[in-house]
Amino acid sequence: MKNFLGALLTLAALSFAQHAAALDVFTCEPEWGALVQELGGDKVSVYVATSALQDPHRIQAKPSLLARARRAQLVVCTGAELEIGWLPIVLRQSGNSAVQPDKPGYFEAANYVQRLEVPTRLDRAAGDVHAGGNPHIQTDPRNIARVATALAQRLGEIDPANAAYYGTRYANFTQRWNAAIQRWDKQAAPLKGVAIVAHHRSWVYLNHWLGLREITELEPKPGVEPTAAHLEEVLAQLKRDPARMVIRSAYEDDRASQWLAARAKIPAVMLPFTVGGSDKAKDLFGLYDDTIARLLQALK
Amino acid sequence: MFRHLVCAAIIAAITPSARAADGVSPEQRIRDMEQRLDRIEAAAPADAPSAAPAAAANSFNPAISLILSGLYTHLSQDPAGYRITGFPLPAGTEVGPGSRGFSLTESELGVYANIDPYFYGGLNFSIHPDDSVSTEEAFIQTIALSQGFTIKAGRFFSGIGYLNEQHAHTWDFVDAPLAYQAFLGTQRGDDGVQVKWLAPTDTFLEFGAELGRGRSYPATNRAKNGAGASSVFAHTGGDVGISHSWRAGLSALATAPRNRQFSDSNLAGNTALNAFSGDTRLWIADFVWKYAPNGNTVYTNFKLQAEYIQRRDNGNLTYDANGALGATRTVAYDANQSGWYLQGTYQFLPYWRIGLRTEQLAHGSVDYASNSLYLAQANFNPSKQSVMLDFNPSEFSRIRVQFAQDKSRQGITDNQAFVQYQMSIGAHGAHQF
Repeated sequence: MKNFLGALLTLAALSFAQHAAALDVFTCEPEWGALVQELGGDKVSVYVATSALQDPHRIQAKPSLLARARRAQLVVCTGAELEIGWLPIVLRQSGNSAVQPDKPGYFEAANYVQRLEVPTRLDRAAGDVHAGGNPHIQTDPRNIARVATALAQRLGEIDPANAAYYGTRYANFTQRWNAAIQRWDKQAAPLKGVAIVAHHRSWVYLNHWLGLREITELEPKPGVEPTAAHLEEVLAQLKRDPARMVIRSAYEDDRASQWLAARAKIPAVMLPFTVGGSDKAKDLFGLYDDTIARLLQALK
Repeated sequence: MFRHLVCAAIIAAITPSARAADGVSPEQRIRDMEQRLDRIEAAAPADAPSAAPAAAANSFNPAISLILSGLYTHLSQDPAGYRITGFPLPAGTEVGPGSRGFSLTESELGVYANIDPYFYGGLNFSIHPDDSVSTEEAFIQTIALSQGFTIKAGRFFSGIGYLNEQHAHTWDFVDAPLAYQAFLGTQRGDDGVQVKWLAPTDTFLEFGAELGRGRSYPATNRAKNGAGASSVFAHTGGDVGISHSWRAGLSALATAPRNRQFSDSNLAGNTALNAFSGDTRLWIADFVWKYAPNGNTVYTNFKLQAEYIQRRDNGNLTYDANGALGATRTVAYDANQSGWYLQGTYQFLPYWRIGLRTEQLAHGSVDYASNSLYLAQANFNPSKQSVMLDFNPSEFSRIRVQFAQDKSRQGITDNQAFVQYQMSIGAHGAHQF
């Protein structure tokens, strides 16, 4: 037992030494990991808690997350209750006062954008609704720009010694980002008014940005897996009001959208949803390049 | 508006270190930045972000959650005669499969919130089948300490083992494993203080220590200053690739019960009330491993969980403590017993899980010294096999059936069937790993 404890303490001491001066940032979702990396460059050490292949609503408070939150100097998450099932417990048990929700070390991206679909009535009979509105804000690049502004400022507050560095990187990123948005706007022009069916209500911000018209969803209610009966209803609805494609995110099972695609004779499109969701979505720029390319491909 | 924000952000960001920069004056740098921003601004979208939280009179109400749970039980043996052979427990200890027929199981009311920037707290009432209500938890916990420290005080579930800290509604089976029933009286909660420290390592490494009153089995409520029970635990864990995560732990509990009474049958087959006074030491090793393809638990996932508990009772045993048999005597007593369970749950379809649990207690060695004139060690290892199937229509509801073959009593097999519902309303809970 004594040897065991000794070994543990040595391990602890070693890992103290391991971590150099870079700002330790814990990000809940890959898009925020990518954004912090853009803004923070080599002054930040970014940990991403979840991947594009995981349903962000259904994450568990794993031991590895606790260990990372313990050391974090800044926690960057979506907010709007997306992480309600795991983040509160991780933060509370982290023994890290710097990243508790009322501290500068805690950053919720959804606070800096105009949230859509804020429910006027809260009732779980309506499925898994979020009181703070639809949390999937990263599907509109203009939201990324807004979050970047607040995040660059926050990085400077947390790490004043490198504030100028973050400022410069922010200016550089914003310039490239706005140029990219202009490019995407042009490329995506044919998508305006295009009717789609979505697996989950993950795309309201994308629809808002590109003018896509979401007719219905494969899920009968938010967070409820598609059922055969509901899919038949969707198919009947498409007979009256045809859609051009059915879209889903990388982490969603493709069987429901394939079923509908085969019967409605429309393409089923997998969109990366966040950084890492497809081979081409390696960073934020790749995420939207690939999203738009996949949508346009489906129009052909 | 957006433009001013951007400028302010950059100026704020650049000012502190600009002073130190050589060559270019801070003012010049800010002017350059502003010019650059003006160009960026021209291309930026115009709509402004809004971040106004809703305000209402009840904004500060705590998170309230209600767990509703009910059970139908079918038992082939009369639960009134339930006992675990070789592991006699004090009267009133929560043990066994409960009553036959319909009953409420633990329905719970939990109220939790941040108290201020320094503390979190709350309580949890549990409503029992017999209409009594008990306070399962009522604690405060620090949120303002750093360096990985967390302190909890009040009534709370001990951090020993894996299952112990989890509320009954998050268990994967209707009942607690036999080892938990025999050694911890189903679940160990105490009034006291807990200090936890999380190491600053990439691998999860947590140490904890607790001092408590010792208000329940295996401790006895002693009228004295200081602590009646103490425990220490260490947990470690991490991920293997993207699909696997695990946690392992080692815990110890020490207490010095006085006059811990329990009924047992003597060699003549009569019931004798015995009492133990001495030292009780408990060791627990626990392990849990979870698998989900790509870490996405929605469609399929698997969880393997095992715990081993060992108990040493060393002190004196008073035979016939109430003198009912007219043979009251106190002599040395030394017992070393253990138990384990192994369970796996597999979500094979969204919403559907199946689980298997196998468990056994080892009678170990029990030295009655000269009380062996009256008492003999049972030469029997209680065991139980359970299988469960549950359907979870949403994160907030669950319906479960469970079958078990319970061989806790020597020579008796109890075939048990349960149908249970567990639902939660109110605040969306965050669960432990």
